[in-house]
Amino acid sequence: MADDPYKTLGLSRDATPEAIKSAYRKLARQHHPDLNPGKPEAEAKFKAVSAAHDLLSDPERRGRFDRGEIDAEGQEQRPAGYGGGYRRHADAAQGERYAEAGGFEDIFADMFEARGRAASAPRRGRDGNYRLAVPFRSAVLGATERLTLPDGQVLDVKIPPGVVTGQVLRLRGQGGPGRNGGPAGDALIELEVAEHPLYRRDGMDLRMELPVSLAEAVLGAAVEVPTPAGTLRVTLPAGSDTGRQIRLRGKGIAAAGSRPAGDLFLTLRVVVGKPDAALESFLRSWTPEHPQDPRAGLEAEA
Amino acid sequence: MITLDILYTRVAGLQPEDLRRWIAEGYVRPEAEADAPVFAEIDVERVRLILELRDRLAVDEEALPVVLSLLDQVYALRRRLRELGTES
Repeated sequence: MADDPYKTLGLSRDATPEAIKSAYRKLARQHHPDLNPGKPEAEAKFKAVSAAHDLLSDPERRGRFDRGEIDAEGQEQRPAGYGGGYRRHADAAQGERYAEAGGFEDIFADMFEARGRAASAPRRGRDGNYRLAVPFRSAVLGATERLTLPDGQVLDVKIPPGVVTGQVLRLRGQGGPGRNGGPAGDALIELEVAEHPLYRRDGMDLRMELPVSLAEAVLGAAVEVPTPAGTLRVTLPAGSDTGRQIRLRGKGIAAAGSRPAGDLFLTLRVVVGKPDAALESFLRSWTPEHPQDPRAGLEAEA
Repeated sequence: MITLDILYTRVAGLQPEDLRRWIAEGYVRPEAEADAPVFAEIDVERVRLILELRDRLAVDEEALPVVLSLLDQVYALRRRLRELGTES
């Protein structure tokens, strides 16, 4: 006995092939015997849906059915619908072959543990997830930042030097309160470290560009350099050129635990500045001691 | 004892490269040697199940391991429940 296949799939008689396929897939997924073990009605429904689809998805047989030449059972061939063949084996002992490696015992244990646990048992509180914006300087030197939670509570978060964006700090016991004497959950704080206009992070080192005047570059000078830890006096050697690097040892990310402090690298950039009549007249009459073409070799590499 | 040849005969539409991939991925676990695998009835039905999921229910191969893993867990639980006598 079979019902009207259109009714089985919930379609009108003028349904397009696409609509038939989509209706079949939706119902088949819902009633597939392997997704509904232990529900014989699902299997029956699945078979009916499959048979209906087999009939309607074949334009020729659909036409014959519409014209009343064959009944809803189709008859020509046994519907190719799935008979639950796999389940017969999977439910039996040989199903062990496809047991999940590991994991399953845990699920099982969890299930019974959960059932057995009395409602009055101590429960750990929930973990709270928060985000905290960290100023660049705090990430370099370490700091204590204040985090205000949605409920108005205030947490003082100790930021160790060297943290990066995306890093998560865990504050034990600062999450939701435990129930029935259970411990409180943790606060998980995801950090977002701000960028800095002057300094660039490079691991535990910092890099910055240091503009110097022509005279400072040629003659050398003692200049003041702002570093995250405060202003430093730095001696530039005479004859420093654009691109020269000066390393300030230990002035990068501050030390933490056994990790030593990083360095601060200055990259010099010579700034010629506004036009200067004296400089121009000097350069016109100037014959370099060691004439040099700064673009020598560019051609070869192009 | 079901050999490769018998398997291909019994499961219409099974492509050798699909089967090889499924065995390599562990979706199908025949017994014994790689060059001459031997299948049990459950393996035949397993292959039919995978074909059915893929071809009739449009479960693509990416999602296949997820579906199979969930099914395997459900059946493992059912077998265990039955062992414990909690299901008639």
